[in-house]
Amino acid sequence: MRRIGTWIAVGGLLLSVTACGGGSGGTGGTGGTGGQAKEESLAVGFVAEPANLDFTSTEGAAIPQALLVNVYEGLVKLDQAGQIQPLLAEKWDVSDDRKTYTFTLREGVTFTNGAPFTADDVVFSLDRVKADWKLKIKSQLDMVEDVEKKDDSTAVVTLSRPSNGFLYTMATRLGAMFSRTGVADLANKPVGTGPYQLGAWRRGDSIRLDANAKYWGTKPKISTVTLKYFKDATAMNNALLTGGIDVVSSVQAPESLQQFADTSRFQTIEGTTNGEVVLSMNNGRPPFDDKKVRQAVRHAIDHRALLDTAWAGRGQLIGSMVPPTDPWYEDRTGDYPYDVAKAKQLLGGKTYDVKMRIPNLPYAVASAQVVKSQLAQVGINAEIEPLEFPARWLDVVFTKADYDLSIINHVEPRDMGIFAGKDYYFRYDNPEYGKLLASADAGTEQEQTDDLKAAAALLSQDAAADWLFLFPNLIVAKKGVTGLPENAISESFDFTGLAKQ
Amino acid sequence: MILYLLKRLGVFVASTAVAGVLVFAFMAVLPGDPAEVALGVNATPEAVAALRAEFGTDRPAVTQFADWFGGLVTGDFGTSYVTSAPIGPQIAERLNVTVALVLGGMVIALLIAVPAGTFAAVHHRNPVGAAISAASQVGIAVPAFLAGILLVFVFAVKAQALPSGGYVPIADDPAEWLRSLLLPWLSLGLVQGAVLTRYVRSAVLDVMRDDYLRTARAKGRGRMGALWRHGLRNASVPVVTVLGLQLATLLIGAVVVERVFVIPGLGDLLLNGVAGRDLLLVQGVVMVLVAAVLLINFLVDVAYAALDPRLRGAR
Repeated sequence: MRRIGTWIAVGGLLLSVTACGGGSGGTGGTGGTGGQAKEESLAVGFVAEPANLDFTSTEGAAIPQALLVNVYEGLVKLDQAGQIQPLLAEKWDVSDDRKTYTFTLREGVTFTNGAPFTADDVVFSLDRVKADWKLKIKSQLDMVEDVEKKDDSTAVVTLSRPSNGFLYTMATRLGAMFSRTGVADLANKPVGTGPYQLGAWRRGDSIRLDANAKYWGTKPKISTVTLKYFKDATAMNNALLTGGIDVVSSVQAPESLQQFADTSRFQTIEGTTNGEVVLSMNNGRPPFDDKKVRQAVRHAIDHRALLDTAWAGRGQLIGSMVPPTDPWYEDRTGDYPYDVAKAKQLLGGKTYDVKMRIPNLPYAVASAQVVKSQLAQVGINAEIEPLEFPARWLDVVFTKADYDLSIINHVEPRDMGIFAGKDYYFRYDNPEYGKLLASADAGTEQEQTDDLKAAAALLSQDAAADWLFLFPNLIVAKKGVTGLPENAISESFDFTGLAKQ
Repeated sequence: MILYLLKRLGVFVASTAVAGVLVFAFMAVLPGDPAEVALGVNATPEAVAALRAEFGTDRPAVTQFADWFGGLVTGDFGTSYVTSAPIGPQIAERLNVTVALVLGGMVIALLIAVPAGTFAAVHHRNPVGAAISAASQVGIAVPAFLAGILLVFVFAVKAQALPSGGYVPIADDPAEWLRSLLLPWLSLGLVQGAVLTRYVRSAVLDVMRDDYLRTARAKGRGRMGALWRHGLRNASVPVVTVLGLQLATLLIGAVVVERVFVIPGLGDLLLNGVAGRDLLLVQGVVMVLVAAVLLINFLVDVAYAALDPRLRGAR
């Protein structure tokens, strides 16, 4: 009792101190912003720090987020609308059988180690994917049969089969161009052709990117970008409030946005990502090996209410494994409207006890509570078991598939393919689905779009999983910062268009 | 005296070795596979197996332990799974930061505790002394990380006087270094200062009741004079014990405070290592922390001998 009294006393004391500090806080902040505008530097807060700088051997979004497009460039890149644009290739010609791509390379491009960029580097980089990359995603370039140098500024890529995925993949990290003399220490010393180069890396704190003085293209307006890493969302928000950083690259808890409601100081940008927050159901064991039970789950969840409760209404409802920025997106939320009676009917009066093993991540924990209460209404009793992410979750759910329900944000771009592997932790097995994906990749662009729409519809109708919502891209920045990427559609956080007014 | 020190040194070395076995055993039973974590959601079983072989985590535990401990003895901490960089230099770099954090916190704690505790003891019968006692109770009840969050809120977010987090190396900019560490020091120091104040107070109170102090006063010294000349050295023996224990607590408290203030110290390295299942890194950091705590205890033992000549012959 005495201790509680003390607490109240401390609280009161601090509140009064805070009240005094509040007045001067406003003026101090505004002054700081004005002063910094003249300098051409910008600090951006991120959550995940790269463990090393080698994205050819280390998974995860953190490395390409910092380096792709900014330090490393590919022959092509993705724009904000998801369209492929030329980068190190000025143009490319596709043969009539769509198996040969002839890239005309930009001239006068050099790597930051001084070596010129030529067709030899294209051959080297693409061969390296096959020979030296350690990631599973390198199989996305398996259709590349041969890469040849025609002359210094022309490279010819021959595919074993026509593939719509090829050019897109070339815009991801797999298409990054490396220097033949610059791969000795990728983990610490990246060498690329991009507008920025690595300035300094203070492990556990920040990465500084400096403008590349010899950049071939338009030089970026901001000469120094500092990526500051915060494990704690509150610490990152505080840093923006106190002027330690200029941008919060992704807001971790939407309810914290109200701190930045003052539009004279801050701006909030909301766009889309490639992250589908999936309620995975283990198709490989009872009760979710029964399609009717899976369908019942989809009917039992009120997705709008879930999004409002769990993620402050930020994000978008999708209904299948396709984000709205992909050309074959269709709104599939109508397939399984919220209908408790229908769900109960599908379950046939039976009740189930299931394990919901989720990663201990904010969106998963928040969503799980809502899912649990909504499933309880139809007679599915889900026991929530949070697992440490990544280690424990990967081990139990992902590797061993020892779960009934889970919730995870699948952030990889164009990742419908994960449902095609029947060993993947969803344990979804429908050969028809795999056929649709294969024919989509080999067909014309129109056929690709049609096939993938059909595939997304099949996934949804089979209730291979439930798609809770599309994770929003939420950025908060100081007023006056422009050129921030609204939609997070590529792996990279593109700094090249940033400016300060 | 030399025999005493040698005995203490022997205890130090033996405890470190035992700690090594325990640390390794705990890490071995920690669920989660470093190779799985490194490869993430795109992993194939073959790739995981290949990476395990590369890390050497597919070998028998005894071999792994022998390898690791053998390396430690020669000062080689091994190579991190995640960063593929040698672990020793990483720990050394982070240790600098954490030591600066802990020592600064300790200095603030002592600056608060010694005057406040002595004053409270000397004036234990009047309201000011009682008030100091009460205030130190409050301090003990507040964990360092909470103090940190409150300090950030008041001095950084509201007053905008100090940075809310981050760390600037002293070589880059000494003034900014000081500014970046001020709030972390205060959050460690205020709480530890409160704890120490109580020990200083009771130690001084004990000494004041001793015969030799009464004798000194009978010989005409003033209360403060007698305490200064005869009391403080005697009072410092129990305080040094507590100081040693508290230094160890501070080191652990720093782990949490580093996270609140985004300071790249040992604690930050440790938590990252655990999350990424970078086993060798975690083992290395824990060993350094354990060795530091044991070393502090050893130094406390040595300090006893220096402060109290009677202890030198006794053991």
